[in-house]
Amino acid sequence: MAARKTTRKPNVSAEDLTRFYRDMLLIRRFEEKAGQLYGMGLIGGFCHLYIGQEAVVVGLEAAADEGDKRVTSYRDHGHMLACGMDPKGVMAELTGREGGYSKGKGGSMHMFSKEKHFYGGHGIVGAQVPIGAGLAFSDKYKGNDRVTFAYFGDGAANQGQVAETYNMAELWDLPVVFVIENNQYAMGTSVKRATKSPDFWERGAAYGIEGEAVDGMDVLAVKAAGEKAVAHCRAGKGPYILEVMTYRYRGHSMSDPAKYRTREEVQKMRDERDPIDHVRTMLLDGDHASEEDLKAIDKEIKDIVNAAAEFSKESPEPALDELWTDIYADDVPQEA
Amino acid sequence: MATEILMPALSPTMEEGTLAKWLVKEGDTVNAGDILAEIETDKATMEFEAVDEGVIGRILVEEGTEGVKVNTPIAVIGEAGEDMSAAASSGADAPSSADAGADAPKEAPAAPKVAAQPAAPPRPDRSPDWPEGTETVTMTVREALNQAMAEEMERDDSVFLMGEEVAEYQGAYKISQGLLDRFGPRRVIDTPITEHGFTGLAVGAAFGGLRPIVEFMTFNFAMQAMDQIINSAAKTLYMSGGQMGAPMVFRGANGAAARVGAQHSQDYAAWYAQVPGLKVAMPYTAADAKGLLKSAIRDPNPVIFLENEILYGRSFEVPKLEDFTIPFGKARIARAGSDVTIVSFGIGMSYAMEAAGKLAEDGIEAEVIDLRSLRPLDTATVIDSVQKTNRMVTVEEGWPMGSIGYSLAAIVSREAFDWLDAPVISCTGKDVPMPYAANLEKLALTSTDEVIEAVRKVTYR
Ligand SMILES: Cc1ncc(C[n+]2csc(CCOP(=O)(O)OP(=O)(O)O)c2C)c(N)n1
Ligand SMILES: [Mg+2]
Repeated sequence: MAARKTTRKPNVSAEDLTRFYRDMLLIRRFEEKAGQLYGMGLIGGFCHLYIGQEAVVVGLEAAADEGDKRVTSYRDHGHMLACGMDPKGVMAELTGREGGYSKGKGGSMHMFSKEKHFYGGHGIVGAQVPIGAGLAFSDKYKGNDRVTFAYFGDGAANQGQVAETYNMAELWDLPVVFVIENNQYAMGTSVKRATKSPDFWERGAAYGIEGEAVDGMDVLAVKAAGEKAVAHCRAGKGPYILEVMTYRYRGHSMSDPAKYRTREEVQKMRDERDPIDHVRTMLLDGDHASEEDLKAIDKEIKDIVNAAAEFSKESPEPALDELWTDIYADDVPQEA
Repeated sequence: MATEILMPALSPTMEEGTLAKWLVKEGDTVNAGDILAEIETDKATMEFEAVDEGVIGRILVEEGTEGVKVNTPIAVIGEAGEDMSAAASSGADAPSSADAGADAPKEAPAAPKVAAQPAAPPRPDRSPDWPEGTETVTMTVREALNQAMAEEMERDDSVFLMGEEVAEYQGAYKISQGLLDRFGPRRVIDTPITEHGFTGLAVGAAFGGLRPIVEFMTFNFAMQAMDQIINSAAKTLYMSGGQMGAPMVFRGANGAAARVGAQHSQDYAAWYAQVPGLKVAMPYTAADAKGLLKSAIRDPNPVIFLENEILYGRSFEVPKLEDFTIPFGKARIARAGSDVTIVSFGIGMSYAMEAAGKLAEDGIEAEVIDLRSLRPLDTATVIDSVQKTNRMVTVEEGWPMGSIGYSLAAIVSREAFDWLDAPVISCTGKDVPMPYAANLEKLALTSTDEVIEAVRKVTYR
């Protein structure tokens, strides 16, 4: 993992820093709560937590403008919260309730928000990458200057359709930022056990795509790289690759015995590279906020997350006739 | 405030587990992320972490205890100096934690009250496809498909065509002839040979509000894109609770051409027809090709449009109308008859019609139904006909297992059992990969003779 650049003076307002702290903390507390609800059996199936990776989406959302689009994998809760989706609707989807973003029919891995330009939530590793390029294609076709963020993992980076998409995206100058969230593991397979070409962003060169690696535990570094990538796309120069070096603290999904890495490795990351602690320190050291200010934010976030959890438990399960709706956009009979 | 720590569910299927080992003891201060215990599930031994900081007040379940049910309180955690005996004494059977117990999801009632909508509307739709007296012109299926795309692209700027060789080469089978000249490279797009990628890209474009037509040079190559067609295009409307779907058309040559061997000769009709969320059309005539393709392009859902290389050059009468469409789910009675119902679609219709002609010479009057679309499927027209003829033969080029014919046989035996005077016979492609040798290829496909033989069997003549 690239060393944190200690020389760069953060060129950021206290207001922005506070917002990043708040947004990252919301994701962390939300995910902790989701883990709890899973343990209680209120959330079922697969549930992939984003804890440790918060700076990636918060940094990149800070580089996005209204109308920009995003699409990602099944590890999607952080992306949804960061783009402004309602924590209640997200949590209620996790519990499979009527009040969820997909009325309980999508689940943790399959959630969408047309309003927030969030195009999923995809359970098939790598499938969201050409979809992201297609979203960018639609904006270019319409002649606007919107940009799409297509997020995927280090594991997904080895999928054939990613290479296919790089080729088309550059060929057609599509305004898409490919964000490789390199958290160093694909389930139990470390990057070095999956490829001898571990610098994923460099693969873009084979297709003529510019890119760079970024410290994904530093929200300001992510934001700065995101702004550069977005400017590249908006200027009509085609796609850009950001390989964001990050780390997930929790298991791959809830049922991960985590035998592929040591406790010490995880603890070291938590102690030394935590993205939230990083901003917290900057806020306190720069006299941008007091301990009391931060306590107030913690409390505010806790309340939001508790309210989301309450909502996700109180919202009823979907009505039984929901089984038969939303299969077609028009009225088509199903086989009985 | 003291709260109970509950036995966690650590996998989608876990109901109980063994509390193998405590890594903390009463009085210990813990932080979020500290490991509290090791728990053995049905799959593995997992570490169980603290979610909040606090002090371990009481341990309620000893290490080594087996069969601890999920959600049983196993310990009490609170703030330093707090008296936690009260929480502890609430014991294992009264879940007092704010999160547990009463809030758990209600069991679903045993029998859902809501059934699927009826499979078939009560009466078949017998309205003519175009008004009586309409002038017609003779044209090939190829010209009809080309016209359909051109007209729809004229009508709606969000419609575009992409695929291999569709633009400058004018289409591998010349279906897109002239479209590049007419609509330009923004809307008629040559792709690299990258089916999985360009299909996914087109799905994204549809999510983004466009109406892509994806041409597969042949459907054999769409297998590389199957995941995007099924998992992304067909299922997203449902998974998004109706928020967004993929209004788009996947079209191209399907089924056997001539002498191209196993990898280039497969009929995918039954594969796609199985998938909820997709519509599937497989026209035979030029009029149906045109009318159905125009409907497909306008449809708000993903549509699989299965063409046939051998049919591209065949000519049929097509009505001369400003705006001519054929709806999905409406079969066409290609020939009326009273002795047997022959149901087919696509190129299968050529065997069905030829057989019907020959059978008529022997005094057997077959009613031939062209399904035209396979999803939705016009079962009403089929059932209505079987109730008149009491016999059914189905004809298609695809493999027998899971075929359209087998499905129709099941539907007819369910809906019209009392009307049947003979078992349904399905004429299908043989249950083998397509051979190359001319004589074997002929044998592998179904044929007019097989249809005639099947009709003789079910009519006992
Ligand atoms: C096509 C496909 N293959 C396998 C899986 C099972 N699977 C789900 S996640 C995953 C690991 C992916 O790792 P990565 O892309 O690094 O993303 P991360 O989970 O680290 O966010 C695998 C193998 C899948 N969902 N889809
Ligand atoms: Mg990974």
